[in-house]
Amino acid sequence: MDFVQLKKNCKKDASAFPGYRLALLGDCATQHLAMALKGAAYEEGIALSVFDADYNQLDAQTLDPSSELYEGKPQGVVLCLCTEKLYEAFTLSSDRAGFADATFRKIKGYWDRINAHLSVSILQFTFVERDDRVFGNYALKEETSFYYQVKKLNLLIAEGTRLVKNVYPVDVDSLERRLGRDKFSDPKLYAIAKMPFSLEALPLVAFETVGIVKALMGRFKKCVVLDLDNTLWGGVIGDDGMEGIQIGELGTGHAFTELQRWLKELKNRGIILCVCSKNNENTAKEPFEKHPEMILRLDDISLFVANWHDKASNIRYIQKTINIGMDSIVFLDDNPFERNLVKQTVEGITVPDLPEDPADYLPYLQSLNLFETTSYSENDRDRTKQYQAEIGRILLEQSFESFDDYLKGLDMVAEAKSFDPFHYPRIAQLTQRSNQFNLRTVRYTEAEIEKIAGDERYLTLYFTLKDKFGDHGLISVVILEKRERELFVHEWLMSCRVLKRGMEEFIVNKMIETAKEYGYASVVGEYIKTPKNAMVETIYAKLGFTDRGDHTFVADCATFQPNKTFIKE
Amino acid sequence: MERNEILEKLNEIFRDVFDDDSITVTEETTSSDIEDWDSLTHITLISEVEDEFDIKFAMKEVVGMKNVGEMVDIIEREA
Repeated sequence: MDFVQLKKNCKKDASAFPGYRLALLGDCATQHLAMALKGAAYEEGIALSVFDADYNQLDAQTLDPSSELYEGKPQGVVLCLCTEKLYEAFTLSSDRAGFADATFRKIKGYWDRINAHLSVSILQFTFVERDDRVFGNYALKEETSFYYQVKKLNLLIAEGTRLVKNVYPVDVDSLERRLGRDKFSDPKLYAIAKMPFSLEALPLVAFETVGIVKALMGRFKKCVVLDLDNTLWGGVIGDDGMEGIQIGELGTGHAFTELQRWLKELKNRGIILCVCSKNNENTAKEPFEKHPEMILRLDDISLFVANWHDKASNIRYIQKTINIGMDSIVFLDDNPFERNLVKQTVEGITVPDLPEDPADYLPYLQSLNLFETTSYSENDRDRTKQYQAEIGRILLEQSFESFDDYLKGLDMVAEAKSFDPFHYPRIAQLTQRSNQFNLRTVRYTEAEIEKIAGDERYLTLYFTLKDKFGDHGLISVVILEKRERELFVHEWLMSCRVLKRGMEEFIVNKMIETAKEYGYASVVGEYIKTPKNAMVETIYAKLGFTDRGDHTFVADCATFQPNKTFIKE
Repeated sequence: MERNEILEKLNEIFRDVFDDDSITVTEETTSSDIEDWDSLTHITLISEVEDEFDIKFAMKEVVGMKNVGEMVDIIEREA
């Protein structure tokens, strides 16, 4: 897509798209970039409005509390700083070895000022790492060379974005390397108009930036659905057999190995991998189980669908089962016919047109930059496990005649224990976060939980639950207050993840048992209404308590009939 | 390439860049004849012409061009 097309997009009606307000600040001419950004956003289905500050207004816009930047309340601010200007400043600097540090402090100053006035995301362009060839290759060895300092500055920016969480790097430098310096900029455009990017480079810069905006708006890829034959390995498993498919050392196998390695890296980053193949299931699974050179194994795949249905239906099934948006799914298939079918009948899905030669699959996919993200945590690494457990439960539910049979088949085991120091943080966190399944919504800090755990007037319980697919961990908290002849349920909350599996029943049974054990005649519960906890308004009545009419409920220990549950202790 | 051929191609580029199919350029056309022809669009125009004819304008040509005819002169010489 060239710049003129993007420019034309600016005139088109984008009002049906979700909007995003961007401010663009630069130390160079940014008018063309502003148009390219708007046009690229239109291509991605975003109605982008761009406040394009005048040339070199960085200080004025960030220092003045009533500047257009601050008055406009943008959602994102792009800081477009160019290497040409940086070089000018470098040549005037007397402390060359400290130039990168000093410049980073200045840039960090922009971030801090913006953050003091706005609640925004900051998109910081990296500097194009150009060598002025004053030192030749020796520049890398010489701290006072421009090349050394600009490389160092980019690294400082990268480190800075790790500390200032709302700043996201836009790696413009990598774009120049991809396109080549001669194409990325046109020296006469900078000389005449202070434009650091050529018209050929602008769409590249714009789409890269808009990609991050998309991710900030919550639109990013979560799942890759994979065809098998001639996509994950060379050949056809049904015809060629385990010994005949090309993966690893055999034939063109290396290209497929490289692709699988990359997919496994994506999986470790938190991208869900699924299989959608026209094959017999056992045949299709065999390489994942037994082929010594396969990189991907069955436990890397969250959902494995191999049958003879059409792929569009299978993809819809996958999407429903893992319960994510179709626009967060990427479908990889070597066969143009299948790709077309899916493109035309499955709305929203991304279907890259894989090149003919499998050797080009990986570079092509990498060039698309499909997996832009604005966050990454340790938790993402376990996502495949979490999905596999959840999908296992859904598939089991579908295979049973009755819900009771399903619950029985889950082999659920719960634990009930008094609060212990190891769990204080999690218990406090749950009391602060739970809104829906929370009877009285009393919030506690960790220190308060510790106090209650040691207070003779209370009995405390926390509950854990696991089933054959995985461990849910600590999912419910109960605090019972000792009154004369009754136990009063001071706190009861539960994570909604384990709703309707018999856990509520299990917990109430446990409350009664506890009361009996300590010699109390009854248990009294109370419901305090909040805007969010309507789901538990009648829970005590449903589980065998008598409604006393004043939002309190009583259960008599002597006559109480334990609720049915398939959870074992 | 003949001058009228060049002019014909230029006409297409002008219509594309200014997003206006009613434009017809002649050798005498100047920036004051086309409403949107400002310094910003001039740069877009120059880049598009370079691309189409596979030439590079020199800096002084970009700033010194008086009318479309001069653009045709350069293209005729370079392409």
